Amino acid sequence: MNHEKHTPIKISRKKEEVKQQLKKLGMMIYQSLNNGIFPEVIFPSRSVRNIVYNEELKQYVLGQSMVRRSSQNIKHIRPFTQLIWLASFVNKLINEGKTSTLRDVFYSSQAYGIDFTDQDESDEMITDLEVLLGRAREDFNVYPEERSAIFGDLTIEYTVPGYEGKRLNLASHPDGYLIGPSLSTAEFIDTSAEMVIAVEKGGLFTRFVEENIPKRYKALIIDTAGQPPRSTRYMLRRLNQELNLPVYILTDGDVYGEHIAMVIISGSANAAHLRELTVPSAKWIGIWGSDIIEYKLPSVRLTEADIKRIYELKKDPRYKGGIWQRELDVFLEIKRKSELEAFSKYGLTTITDKYLPKKLSEIKSF
Amino acid sequence: MSKSRVVYTEISPSEFFYRNRDLAGFTNPSRALYSAVRELIENSLDACELFQILPEIYIRISALNDLQPDPKPYVIKVKDNGPGVDPKYVPNAFGKIFFGSKFLLRQSRGIFGMGGTMAILYGQITTNKPVIVSTSSDGKTIHTFELFINIQDNTPNIVRKAQHPANGETGTSVEITLEGDFQRASLKIYEYLRQTAMVAPYANITFMDPQGFITIFQRATQIMPKPPQETLPHPYGIDVEALKRMLRQSKQDTMLKFMYKNFHRVGKRIARKFLEYANIDLNRSPKSLNDDEIVSFVEALHNYNGFLQPDASCLSPIGEEILAAGINKELKPEFIAVTTRPPSAYSGFPFIVEIGLAYGGKVLQPGLKLFRFANRIPLLYDEANDISWKVIHEEVDWKRYKIPSDAPLAIITHICSTKVPYKTVGKEYLADRPEIERELKNGIREVLRRLSSYLSKKGSMEMIKRKINIYEKYLPLIAQFSTELSGAKRLPQYKKLIGKIG
Ligand SMILES: Nc1ncnc2c1ncn2[C@@H]1O[C@H](COP(=O)(O)OP(=O)(O)OP(=O)(O)O)[C@@H](O)[C@H]1O
Ligand SMILES: [Mg+2]
Repeated sequence: MNHEKHTPIKISRKKEEVKQQLKKLGMMIYQSLNNGIFPEVIFPSRSVRNIVYNEELKQYVLGQSMVRRSSQNIKHIRPFTQLIWLASFVNKLINEGKTSTLRDVFYSSQAYGIDFTDQDESDEMITDLEVLLGRAREDFNVYPEERSAIFGDLTIEYTVPGYEGKRLNLASHPDGYLIGPSLSTAEFIDTSAEMVIAVEKGGLFTRFVEENIPKRYKALIIDTAGQPPRSTRYMLRRLNQELNLPVYILTDGDVYGEHIAMVIISGSANAAHLRELTVPSAKWIGIWGSDIIEYKLPSVRLTEADIKRIYELKKDPRYKGGIWQRELDVFLEIKRKSELEAFSKYGLTTITDKYLPKKLSEIKSF
Repeated sequence: MSKSRVVYTEISPSEFFYRNRDLAGFTNPSRALYSAVRELIENSLDACELFQILPEIYIRISALNDLQPDPKPYVIKVKDNGPGVDPKYVPNAFGKIFFGSKFLLRQSRGIFGMGGTMAILYGQITTNKPVIVSTSSDGKTIHTFELFINIQDNTPNIVRKAQHPANGETGTSVEITLEGDFQRASLKIYEYLRQTAMVAPYANITFMDPQGFITIFQRATQIMPKPPQETLPHPYGIDVEALKRMLRQSKQDTMLKFMYKNFHRVGKRIARKFLEYANIDLNRSPKSLNDDEIVSFVEALHNYNGFLQPDASCLSPIGEEILAAGINKELKPEFIAVTTRPPSAYSGFPFIVEIGLAYGGKVLQPGLKLFRFANRIPLLYDEANDISWKVIHEEVDWKRYKIPSDAPLAIITHICSTKVPYKTVGKEYLADRPEIERELKNGIREVLRRLSSYLSKKGSMEMIKRKINIYEKYLPLIAQFSTELSGAKRLPQYKKLIGKIG
């Protein structure tokens, strides 16, 4: 299967590729059965020991060790059948231009008497198919429930059935647009934007729209709604790769905010099998620990859990050097954290009018 | 089969007590009823087996007065189709303790010449009723005797004698009236009958209890064990008292002749060597040995290691085929294993151990049940003191056989010998003799091994069945999904894969 770095490709071509992969998988199994051989699939192991940090890619990748799932093994036959069922299920989704959610998949399996014991098991199976095909589940039309939003001057063209060729400008509605299946599969047509700002919270996203930030800074803004779902990370990557837009990330000033930025930039260990979910060039612009001091932000004490998490991340290879290690140390030193809303103490527009421009110019001069 | 084999010998009651100090079996009304039934049945089976007659045994227990509560007088009648008893021996055989035909060195159930007679005596003491014996040894005439035992001088006292024509059949019927407690004894009696049927599957046994319920233990095989041959005593098995008697009765005029005429597997050569070892003049008269000399002579007999081991021709094991038929008949198990061990000997007495094992089926309950037999007599009491129990619970490493502890399992042990080493004279449990213990251990291990391999084979068969079920569920689905994925028109030929499962 394909694990190399993908160059950006058009949505329709990508769908075609996925279809081919699924067909190849089907033929391989079909032929085994026909030849009296128990079919099997082999794919990289996702065990903790096989998730390794790649210095060059600056992200977690899967190592060399492989798992073989053989229908000859009595313990594998059920998950093997489930995996093949899942492949045929998403194959139908793609052919019919439909999407599905993780939860849907869980229930659909029951029609064949190969029920998953719980949602976790079916989610695991979807991840297995991702690893086997080297594709994110969004590529085979399976989306999570949670949605984040985008706003700004970007014209897209739908590829989903019933909307093919239809265009929309993403600045037309002040609440923004959900980054769901149809937006994820839309082609980018035109934009005046020069950057993307991802913010951790819906409140700030709305403030940015109200304060006209997208226009003032020629920016697309994205609400990550906390730790961004994969469709959002995938969208950020496309904006960065296909439109060459720099991505800036604004989070709460704490260890969790820092980690949201890190996952957008370097990806997560959970998605070590996927290459198209990272934005290596994205920048975390705040709130840094040092900002809490510099802007005299209202702050609260770190909890035990916060401190434990900081020590954990200090050992994480993604946090080696740079601002990452430095800011973790600052948090540890001051033992305090601040939320984005803390700027409100100095007036509602302080963050948009003072903090944001200052940080952006600082970052650009790096 | 000629009748000349039946040799009647009288021994003195004192000698009996010397041989068997402890009389058991008639301690209370329930035990007495059980023992009486048992003794009469054993006499019938002994008689039939010695003459190779397929036994037909009829047993009836009835109360003299149904309404009276237990304990109360019961009439026990046991009738067989055996060789019968010559009328001239009937009074002594049934009216005199220690008169019998089984004092020879040859395996039989009865040995003491008192079992049946004790039952008669007990009946007479408790109910003052005579025993009624009807027997025909020629098939022409049935001789009926009603007699009491004269307790003081141990002689029969005939009160009535009669003759009837017989219709060509031989056999004996014995009827005793004694005070018993059937309610208490019934479980043991039924168990005794069932177990007897298990080791004598060539017998038809019919039992009618005091309520009139009839239980039939049907014959399951026509094969009978080969009857034992009579043998001379082996030197290792002789004690001072026995030697004294042999010397006294000896017809030989020299010790050399005495040695090679009276002992099992002792010829001239061995006799001479032994007498040299024992420092006894070859030409001495057997009657001339004094008490001290007799004692050291017995010691020499026991210590001399030039004697040959006894052979087993005097034994009559049940045999694997018959034992298996009996176990099948009574326990209807799913799996059966039997083994007859090669003959062995302890202190001059030959013995053979036979082991049976039954597993599963509808009769056996979960857990281990032990059935013990000695010379084909079921041993129902004092199980935990028995050598078989000890071997099974202390000497066998059960873990090795991977048999679940709640498996429905029965182990049958049979020891036959010219002298069964009962720990007491109760004929209920056996003493630990290392030689017997070793044979029991080997036999039990062997049947357990066979069960274990049966279970593991059965287990893997079941595994394969389960596996095939699973594949029959999933393979068609894989075939269907891969057909859909690949866009093929027909399903793949996946069925041949099911044949490859194993
Ligand atoms: N049913 C029978 N058929 C033929 N002979 C019998 C029968 N019952 C008893 N006898 C004869 O009567 C004798 C005495 O029987 P009894 O039961 O008293 O002693 P036993 O069987 O020799 O020894 P044990 O005391 O061990 O039972 C027997 O040896 C046998 O010769
Ligand atoms: Mg007897």
